[in-house]
Amino acid sequence: MSINWYKYASPASFYFLAGRMIPYFSIAAIVLLIIGLYIGFFVAPTDFQQGEAYRIIFIHVPAAWMSMFLYLVMAFWAGIGLAFNTRLSSMVATAIAPTGAMFTFIALWTGAWWGKPMWGAWWVWDARLTSELILLFLYIGFMSLQAAIDDPRRADKAGAVIALVGVVNIPIIYFSVQWWNTLHQGASVSVTQSPKMAASMLVGMLIMSLAAWMYSIAMILMRTRVIILERERHTAWVAELKGAAR
Amino acid sequence: MKPRHKKIAIIASSVTALTIAAILVLNVFQSNLVFFFSPSQIAANEAPIGKSFRIGGIVEEGSLTRQGSSTTVSFAVTDTAEAIQVVYTGILPDLFKEGKGVVAQGKIADDGIFYADEVLAKHDENYMPPEAASALEQAAKAQKTSLTQ
Repeated sequence: MSINWYKYASPASFYFLAGRMIPYFSIAAIVLLIIGLYIGFFVAPTDFQQGEAYRIIFIHVPAAWMSMFLYLVMAFWAGIGLAFNTRLSSMVATAIAPTGAMFTFIALWTGAWWGKPMWGAWWVWDARLTSELILLFLYIGFMSLQAAIDDPRRADKAGAVIALVGVVNIPIIYFSVQWWNTLHQGASVSVTQSPKMAASMLVGMLIMSLAAWMYSIAMILMRTRVIILERERHTAWVAELKGAAR
Repeated sequence: MKPRHKKIAIIASSVTALTIAAILVLNVFQSNLVFFFSPSQIAANEAPIGKSFRIGGIVEEGSLTRQGSSTTVSFAVTDTAEAIQVVYTGILPDLFKEGKGVVAQGKIADDGIFYADEVLAKHDENYMPPEAASALEQAAKAQKTSLTQ
């Protein structure tokens, strides 16, 4: 069986496909969130040095991972839209930005809440914290630049340039704790080393990360649908949709 | 070259150029992005003497002393090679412990003592239940004694 992928590059067919997929991702997000929080609060043991306060890790780390990963996905689709002039990919990039910015904000906020009791400071200007703050500014810059340009196709192109330039920041965030002296500790979980966490803590954190993935996909699909309707409002199929809704 | 290919080439080359530029800028910043200096760096006169800066390392075991009933404490920060004496008046973070990481901000006086006005705890990336931590400690002790015997 072969799937005609190009069919789904058309906003009209993507609109209906996304509509069918959203409930599944939403339900998966809710179920995984409940399981993840349950493990995080009741199954995972108390930490040997940080006591109960470490439990903010179950929100902080998934949010921080998501903030970096969503930026890469956003830049990828924005770049595809710029290179191949595909409308839908630019719309997806635009739809990703607010969710990415939200996760960046959550990572910074929970980090401050965690830093005060453990380190003794809400905020320090070390390389990890500063580069994550720059990521928030990149998301905000992307969104405000797009909002400032009236013609959506021109807005897509301008946004794509910012998004692609900002990709440089992602490896800086990720490797900052290795490249420089930072107050922030090194990575507990990485591809090359065995995790430096107890198994049940790790499982809880990974399930919370999966929940963040599902939430992001559902949210981005919903937002893409709204953008499609807004930009295609003069087309026949949207008019038909409107007629059917009446 | 088709216009589309030309466009891709322009984008690819500009991203590459920007990446190289960023790497160069980072190289320059490398020296300025130091969040803290280690005791060895201070011993080698790399730290800005006379200015406020941060020192980072491990609180040396057995070095923590309190001055009477005041909140003034004195401890040594070490990186196993060199150690610097630190004096601080104030409330220490909960995670502050001998043998654990610390970052302190302050100035080195003429007497060679680092007078800190802020002390932060730097914890490591290990998370485990207390039972596992004490088991690891026991194992390390056992290994040490078997090595010395």
